[in-house]
Amino acid sequence: MKYIDEYRDPQRARLLIAEIRSRASQRWVLMEVCGGQTHSLLRHGIAEELRNDIELIHGPGCPVCVTPAAAIDLAQSIAMQPKTTLVSFGDMVRVPGTQSSLLEIRTRGGSTKTVYSPLDAVELARRNRNEHYVFFAVGFETTAPATALAVLQADQLGLTNFSILVAHVRVQPAMEAILRSPNNRVQAFLAAGHVCTVAGFESYSDLSKKMDTPIVVTGFEPLDLLEGILACVIQLENGQYSVENRYARCAVEAGNIEAQQVIDRVYEVADRPWRGLGEIANGGYILKHKWQRFDAAHRFAHLQNESTLPIIDLENECQAAEVLSGRLRPTECSAFGKECTPDLPLGAPMVSSEGACAAYFRFGPKETVLSQGNQH
Amino acid sequence: MNTNNTRITLAHGEGARATRELITNRILTRFDNEHLRQLSDATQLDVASDRIAMTTDSFVVSPMIFPGGDIGSMAVYGTVNDLAVSGAVPRWLSLALIIEEGLELSILDKILDSIASAAERCGVVIVTGDTKVVPRGAADGIFINTTGIGELNSSVIAGPRSIRAGDLLIVSGPIGRHGIAVLSAREELALEPPPQSDSAPLHNSVACLRKNVGEAVKAIRDATRGGVSAVLHEWATECNLTMQLDETRIPITDDVRGASELLGLDPLYIANEGTMVIAVDPAAEAEALAALRSIPESHNAVVIGRVTARKVSPVTIQRMLGVEQPVDEPTGALLPRIC
Amino acid sequence: MCLGVPGRVVEWVDRDPTFAKAKIEFGGVARVCSMACVPDAEVGEYVVVHAGIAISRIDEVAARLALEELKEFGLAEELEEIRDSMAGNQ
Repeated sequence: MKYIDEYRDPQRARLLIAEIRSRASQRWVLMEVCGGQTHSLLRHGIAEELRNDIELIHGPGCPVCVTPAAAIDLAQSIAMQPKTTLVSFGDMVRVPGTQSSLLEIRTRGGSTKTVYSPLDAVELARRNRNEHYVFFAVGFETTAPATALAVLQADQLGLTNFSILVAHVRVQPAMEAILRSPNNRVQAFLAAGHVCTVAGFESYSDLSKKMDTPIVVTGFEPLDLLEGILACVIQLENGQYSVENRYARCAVEAGNIEAQQVIDRVYEVADRPWRGLGEIANGGYILKHKWQRFDAAHRFAHLQNESTLPIIDLENECQAAEVLSGRLRPTECSAFGKECTPDLPLGAPMVSSEGACAAYFRFGPKETVLSQGNQH
Repeated sequence: MNTNNTRITLAHGEGARATRELITNRILTRFDNEHLRQLSDATQLDVASDRIAMTTDSFVVSPMIFPGGDIGSMAVYGTVNDLAVSGAVPRWLSLALIIEEGLELSILDKILDSIASAAERCGVVIVTGDTKVVPRGAADGIFINTTGIGELNSSVIAGPRSIRAGDLLIVSGPIGRHGIAVLSAREELALEPPPQSDSAPLHNSVACLRKNVGEAVKAIRDATRGGVSAVLHEWATECNLTMQLDETRIPITDDVRGASELLGLDPLYIANEGTMVIAVDPAAEAEALAALRSIPESHNAVVIGRVTARKVSPVTIQRMLGVEQPVDEPTGALLPRIC
Repeated sequence: MCLGVPGRVVEWVDRDPTFAKAKIEFGGVARVCSMACVPDAEVGEYVVVHAGIAISRIDEVAARLALEELKEFGLAEELEEIRDSMAGNQ
């Protein structure tokens, strides 16, 4: 496939790896922000290949993982309502809330459906007006235009049986929170290419200058990632810190203006809690007041905090916050691969296949595979 | 009771006239043979060989009719394939239908036609059967169970425990087609052209392979639920070796490739209904491939990897950089993802 | 997050600003996706699709330049050496 296959060329990858090795005078600490990048680095063996040269720590870039348990609980309560279907991305259905996942809620009679696109949920509502459809809107700036567009379409169609449960998060405030944390180890960022494609990266300059940190806009294919890593290394070696775009085929500095306009029409920036990281200032989106009739949190406000089952705190043993901010490697967690596996996750990063812990469990370096091997 | 109705009613399952009409007019007419004609409680089979193989499988699939197949032909091929990969020659099938009240008779007819032509294609005879109707909501259109009996004329296939380091791993064709076809249809992904299932019988391919390379065939398994990964994990556990795949050799059609990228799925975990994995002695590589490729259902057979001494991971894959990465066991249903 | 897949615009289906749609081809399959955020994309062009909507046009010139730049990292003989060693590994 064009724009995929040429970025998986092993010969060029070898050249880039050799170049990274020859340039790096020390084992620099880089964070890839996006879970998609983590997935690709591990899946293609890049993290393994560079393990002695570069320390890659995996950022908080899995929106499924940082969706607060309370939001998942509310989604489940909504799914249990009569004549109501909770619609979500496939990624979301295995993520545990405080007690169970959307997959489990189905066994208790809840109505859930997975779709590929939020616009498919609008189509469901259009075709079946007797059922109320609630779309669980999770994701970063990349996904926000799709869910915002769903609201605009529902409005134009005059649908009264569609609403969205918003748990969108914004990446840049989280990057800033990581850099400002007292124990921060991150020396350079591979910024998330598709987030930048939508939101642009003008605002990264300030952050990069203030914190003396290279920020390199990076794509997702092996060559993209290696190029991003190389650019970070060159900046670090030269002691220059700036924003650099290494995903120029998709991302431009101003981002996608049309997409931003769609977001602005529907959402406003707000402080939001991130699972594992806590409240982050300006860390997410909420629906603008004028769209309240599409706000599932408003419509189903009476269900908040309503729970008939005892609350089990899944995160007791989970050190997700340490992992998500790069202070702890997934394999350094005492529960990794033992009490906590993708089948029985204790915390969010083990849940999504893009979560740092799950990605390590699947594709991680050899010593992590051992704990996996013991399971079988 | 009115059997001119266009849908299945509970009366069709109550054992009275409607049931008899359903069986005589729709089932016997399609599968007419000496065994069924007796309508006896049990049928008698004349077995030529000393040993027989027996297998059973239940089929539930939504939607019932999908691009490249339907639940009817799948119920025949699935059981035929289970017999074939065990080294048996498929001969007889039972057919049990559990039909949901309200199923359109035109759909039932289509499925029955499909069963009949699939059975003919495989040279198997449906010798006994059963029909039940359950209230609306208690089934999803139709559930089918088939039990198959095959004759073991030649030696049994040694099985995964006979796999040795150095053996080659072959797939009989491009992987992941059935799972992608059904997922696309069920989730109304509106992909164009709709991806087609690989649903097909493998008995001819197995027979030809065994005729040409005999004992060099160590193990065969049709890679249904959980895909190729599930088969290799089972084998690795059985023989305590590692199954090592080479990503660049794994055959994937353009539609499965596009759909997998779009939905974030790995074809290694996606179900097949007419594609098998074979472990063979490396000395027989050329003959095995030639034999498989001489049969239409395995025309695109290729080597995708080999067996090595046991490493930490039971199944591994070499991707672009040549770094060996573990392939984990499939978990749960395939869900399209966006992250 | 953010599985974004490059696909080729085959045919515009709807030009309404909110319901803008085009048929986009990914490998061997095509799907109708929202074009609301890439209203100027033309047939034959590549776009990146995420969750059913195109979020970006792919800049072919920028892509080619970046790949050219990558080529310059290595000398020709270095490339040959790697090619040979890889052939040896097969």
